[in-house]
Amino acid sequence: MRKQLGLRAVALVYLLVILLAPLGMVFYRTFQSGLRPVWQTLSDPGTIHAFEVTLIATGIAVPLNTVFGVLCALAIVRRRFPGKGILNAFIDLPLAVSPVVIGLCLYLLYGRTGWFGSWLMGHGIQVLFALPAIVLATVFVSVPFVAREVIPTLRELGNEQEQAAATLGATRWQRFWRITLPSIRWAVVYGVVLTSARCLGEYGAVAVVSGRIIGKTETATTLVDDLIQNFDTAGAYAVSLVLATIAVLVLVAMTVIRPQEAR
Amino acid sequence: MIEIRNITKRFGDFVALDDVSLEIAAGSLTAVLGPSGSGKSTLLRIVAGLERPDSGEVLLAGEDATGLAPQRRDVGFVFQHYAAFKHMTVRDNIAFALTIRKRPKQEIRERVDELLELVQLQGFADRYPSRLSGGQRQRMALARALAAKPPVLLLDEPFGALDARVRAELRDWLRRLHEEVHVTTVFVTHDQEEAMEVADRVAVLNRGRLEQVGAPAELYDQPTSEFVLRFLGDAFRLGDGFVRPHEIVLGRFPENGAIEVEIERIVVVGADVRVELSDGSGERMTARLRREDADELELARGEIVWASARDAKALQPLG
Repeated sequence: MRKQLGLRAVALVYLLVILLAPLGMVFYRTFQSGLRPVWQTLSDPGTIHAFEVTLIATGIAVPLNTVFGVLCALAIVRRRFPGKGILNAFIDLPLAVSPVVIGLCLYLLYGRTGWFGSWLMGHGIQVLFALPAIVLATVFVSVPFVAREVIPTLRELGNEQEQAAATLGATRWQRFWRITLPSIRWAVVYGVVLTSARCLGEYGAVAVVSGRIIGKTETATTLVDDLIQNFDTAGAYAVSLVLATIAVLVLVAMTVIRPQEAR
Repeated sequence: MIEIRNITKRFGDFVALDDVSLEIAAGSLTAVLGPSGSGKSTLLRIVAGLERPDSGEVLLAGEDATGLAPQRRDVGFVFQHYAAFKHMTVRDNIAFALTIRKRPKQEIRERVDELLELVQLQGFADRYPSRLSGGQRQRMALARALAAKPPVLLLDEPFGALDARVRAELRDWLRRLHEEVHVTTVFVTHDQEEAMEVADRVAVLNRGRLEQVGAPAELYDQPTSEFVLRFLGDAFRLGDGFVRPHEIVLGRFPENGAIEVEIERIVVVGADVRVELSDGSGERMTARLRREDADELELARGEIVWASARDAKALQPLG
């Protein structure tokens, strides 16, 4: 009993120091000098634009990676094909590789002299230092989450229900919409929440490829960094506050979803 | 009518079915009986289209269905572990085949009510499968399979996951259902008693090969192989042939063809007495006598008696 209490205390202190203290600090600092500077920063067109860019990138990456994740999970669990092991391993690549490295790869690929970059430039399409690069980076780093959530659920589900549906006359399409998808829906939702959180918080890869042009290619996270660099700490706290609030909402959403999934 | 012609199926090196041919008459109730690994489930899954044979053909109602997808075969299938749609209520489960066929709501409702009554689940329509017992789930699965009125109903070890009492109940119930609905029914089982009790024809599979097909009594009395003889019930070597326990006669004196045995144990089982015997060489057999016959003989443990077959016909000249 005493030992358990000790363990619990260690875990609690650890979380407090590592996680909660910095987060609490952001809340405290933001409102330290009143609401006015907070409002000033958040209503600034540059800030609004940065959030817009972040939301656009997230809005594209999340549906894309949700569809891709579900398809990948289905392929990995249900099909046998050469290269399946490689696909399975590659899905985790964005987790293993530092986002900065991913940014650099995109930089090299889409830069003026890159494989795709030179061709795209020739056709008048600007990728690097523009919205497309930000979207690409965001999509890249948020690939694994839906697939990783759905794969174990699909494994556990087995395919007997789908076979039963087939003998009852359901086509492949009907089986997917009426049996498979409803059975994995909480895993998909959970994956979407994680993907969204990852997209909103992406910094490293985006920082390399966006060019960070204020009012143009600045995202919410790179803006925080810029504000700190320019000694506008109040502004940085305000933007961080919004990001932290979203994080807390995500956390709440996950705690609500988890029990549903377990059911 | 189901025609299975020269079906062979391999899984890697394992031959699950080896040139199996079987005809199942329309409206019959057939059991496919065999030990685990005999290929019986694979055969059923091939008929349903859930598995593709390596060679051979399946004909349903006279038409070649070998390459047809399961959803186009019009075959009801009941799985051992129910395969209930967990995210749907009992009503939605049963209605599934009709819902995807886009039948009118009123018609679906009426048909489901009818089926709920047939499987005695009237009060459970709005429950989820997780809140049903095993027997109830399996009845729901049966109703679901019957909803679109398929001409063929296939059941893969349908009672295998249930406890003995529910099993017996569902057996009777399946028998009665078949009398009511007259759908061509094939069920797979490893339980010979279940096969004999429920089916009007039994096909015995062993190691992917069809051993024998016939009425239950025919298989029991005239097995064509030692495997069928032994699989359908106890059988013991007596002289040149085999006998069933109830065909063994015990006597106090040596008769023609009788062999000398020692009584090892006497067990009273209801109206019968089971006498466990062993001959001089250590070969054991069990005789099943009626109580009054045993009493008349005044059998006792350790005594030497003479065992013979009830009549010459009972001796099965196999092996």
